[in-house]
Amino acid sequence: MAVLRGRPVQLNAPAIAVGLLAAAVAGAMLLPALYLLIRVFADLGASFDVMTGSRALTSLRDTVMLAAAAALGAVAIAVPAAWLTTRTDLPFARTWFVLLSLPLAIPSYIAAMTLVIFLGPRGMLQSWLEPLGVDRLPDIYGFWGAWLALTLFTFPYVLLPVRAALSSMDRSLEEASQSLGKSGIVTFVRVVLPQLRPAAAAGALLVALYTLSDFGAVSIMNFPSLSQQIYVQYRGTLDRDAAAALAILLVLVAVVVVVAEGFTRGRARYHPVSASRRPGRIRLGRWKWAALAYVGAIVSIALVLPLGVLAWYTSQGLAQGESLQAIREPGLNSAYVSLIAAIVTVLAALPVAYLAVRRPGIFSVVVERLSYSGYALPGIVIALTLVFFGANYAPFLYQTIPLLVFAYMVSFLPQALGATRASFLQINPKTEEAGRSLGKSPLHVFFRITLPQLLPGMTAAGGLVFLTVMKELPATLLLSPIGFDTLAIQAWDLSREGFFTRASFAASVLVIISAVPMLIMAIRERTPA
Amino acid sequence: MRFGPRLLTFLVVAILAASALLIAACGNDDDSGADDPGTGNGDDTAATDTPADDTDVSEGDRADASGSITVYSGRSEELIGPIIDRFEEDTGIQVNVRYGDTPELAATILEEGSNTPADVYIAQDAGSLGLLANENMLAAIPGDILGRVGTEYRAENDTWVGLSGRARVVAYNTEMVDPDELPGSILDFTDPEWEGRIGWAPTNASFQSFVTGLRVVEGEDTAREWLEGIRANNPREYPNNTSTVEAVASGEVEVGFVNHYYLFRFLEERGEEFESRNYYFEDGDIGGLMNVAGTAILQNTDNQLAAERFIEYMLEEEAQDYFATETFEFPLVTGVEVSFDVPALGDLDPVAIDLTDLEDLRGTIELLQETGVLP
Repeated sequence: MAVLRGRPVQLNAPAIAVGLLAAAVAGAMLLPALYLLIRVFADLGASFDVMTGSRALTSLRDTVMLAAAAALGAVAIAVPAAWLTTRTDLPFARTWFVLLSLPLAIPSYIAAMTLVIFLGPRGMLQSWLEPLGVDRLPDIYGFWGAWLALTLFTFPYVLLPVRAALSSMDRSLEEASQSLGKSGIVTFVRVVLPQLRPAAAAGALLVALYTLSDFGAVSIMNFPSLSQQIYVQYRGTLDRDAAAALAILLVLVAVVVVVAEGFTRGRARYHPVSASRRPGRIRLGRWKWAALAYVGAIVSIALVLPLGVLAWYTSQGLAQGESLQAIREPGLNSAYVSLIAAIVTVLAALPVAYLAVRRPGIFSVVVERLSYSGYALPGIVIALTLVFFGANYAPFLYQTIPLLVFAYMVSFLPQALGATRASFLQINPKTEEAGRSLGKSPLHVFFRITLPQLLPGMTAAGGLVFLTVMKELPATLLLSPIGFDTLAIQAWDLSREGFFTRASFAASVLVIISAVPMLIMAIRERTPA
Repeated sequence: MRFGPRLLTFLVVAILAASALLIAACGNDDDSGADDPGTGNGDDTAATDTPADDTDVSEGDRADASGSITVYSGRSEELIGPIIDRFEEDTGIQVNVRYGDTPELAATILEEGSNTPADVYIAQDAGSLGLLANENMLAAIPGDILGRVGTEYRAENDTWVGLSGRARVVAYNTEMVDPDELPGSILDFTDPEWEGRIGWAPTNASFQSFVTGLRVVEGEDTAREWLEGIRANNPREYPNNTSTVEAVASGEVEVGFVNHYYLFRFLEERGEEFESRNYYFEDGDIGGLMNVAGTAILQNTDNQLAAERFIEYMLEEEAQDYFATETFEFPLVTGVEVSFDVPALGDLDPVAIDLTDLEDLRGTIELLQETGVLP
């Protein structure tokens, strides 16, 4: 078997089982691509024309630029924020971290809408500036509006893994650097940053692929990305073949992005050589205020602003006598299905991540990289993929919770994969070898030594998936059991008809429930001395 | 061991979740069993544009219809849920509704093919209904039900029927625009005096249906000129009607091309000080195109009678009255009064158009792309 080619490891039953499991997961992740190929081959000539048309190519270029800009922006925001909240004496660092991770819980169309309400040409900011003679603000619509919305609401994808990497990083290297007389900044740039590269790249990959797939923000900001064009094809003409041809372009871009990210990772392995210790935090001194202003500004725009808009609408509704009772059941449904999806997705990511880190080889690389292929696709494509396969090949599962959870797994596995992989990288294989040398079985070693060290990473991965599933819409709409109402469905159903006050109830509760895993994660972290 | 309890918690949660999953799976199998068409032979070509006579049944049978039906509804639960509840109470027929976007549900039905669990499809515009009819997914609706609605608001081949009417209007900002100075035809908004003042939603289905109507009624060349003319006036683009009306009220733009009923929802939520009102085109101007929200029976339904009863019920006075009073749309059955502040359907004198012609959406998308309105 290719898994072990060139590796001096004997081919044992557990290794084969892990390989098969990983292959099965990767196979599931290929379903959307398979579906698209079926559609494209239905009329290859026409599809080829669509794919190579100037319209598609222009849009492709713009979309790729947006994805790259959003990924860079997210890294630029997240790395300092992660460092400030883990390594310095920033006041209320843990609270800031929780607040900084919450923008992820806000659906992108709501995020973009609140940006327009606030920063739009005649938005709130303009009405405050009107006494100064400002009649109109510069246009927020287009590339920069979409970039701002996507960056501000996806940077936690980078923040979470980078912070995890910072907390579990071996400090002895930094101490060595400082003992050699290097300053804090030099140490950060030369010692800390390189160690953060895998985590930051994994996060940036998620931001880039998310941007490729996003429809909410680009449609509100009126940016003609590929996914917007795909929706136009579906909505305008029901032309599934043309939509598939455009979607294939997204898959190709995803492959390029994923391969490129693989190169930036290099062959780096960062596991502590000594037991981890936690030295004191860096004193910010007079920089404290600048640091507070920095995290405060991000939290204000990416969290307080949208929550404020939601709260305003909610209070309007409460004043009109609306009741919150109606969102009890959708709330429970959302929480329950998101929890199941998070657990299933993390478990599915485990064998793939294990294979990628511990059994590197062609097979494991292909399996892991393939798992990302569908992540750049807009939700509607994944949803219709499973409508097609579900209704026609698994009618007994169609529109049931298991198939819905499966759809979530196919959509969001890459989120779990990045964090799980990163924590595998930080486990020193010597601890496992020690276990085996004591005559323990591989399973025993995995459960007693590997898994406990993985749990923080897996919890973070599960938290990410939970958040994303909470706000997922297309698959939830088309694949949930009939009558299965969720908060995302309610918020969408009400807001599309202009009933903002009641939509804001659902959206507020959605954000609040999404905050729970973030809070748990933050509380369970031990406070450094 | 230090990690023991944590690991245990994790495993317990995992096992609980797995069992919840299993329970949910079993529970749902029971539900879906009722809707299973069971005869999925994968052959959609069996469907044809059969005339009503083939499937026509006496009203007596239909009144006794029972069991359950599955409805795919492009209309939001907020707008149609209450009247569906009343239908269930009155007839004893159980209705399972899947809510979604009109075109996405149509795409879903196409993907499901003959395995579709849907018995009835409700659409927000005539175009999607026409597309499903073209793919032979729809069954004929009996003539006595169709007869309740004027011929202009139903399919020529009996495959769908309108439920309520929705007029195109111009929403204008009450502080910035005097309605008396608005042009009598939508075609005149190409005048340079409207430069920078217009908002529209080119990716939105209702706008695209309007452009299809424009092409059908005024011809391809006029449609092209109009699109180019409006584009020359640098209109602002919005994703949908709601955000367009919102932008008009905030003064981001002065006028917006939208459907008529959004205004009334804003007035309900924001009160009379909401700074936008509707301007209706008269004298059959294409700007006042009357589209419909409509419904159809799926070819593969396993409960044709209950599906017919459902559609019949939606065209009875109670439901039509509901559409007029609760959703602010125009009832299509004569004799039902409009209770909100709009001109009556008769006074509007909307342009005469065969709504079946609105199904050429592909041509519209191509025109929108050629004129640069869509990227």
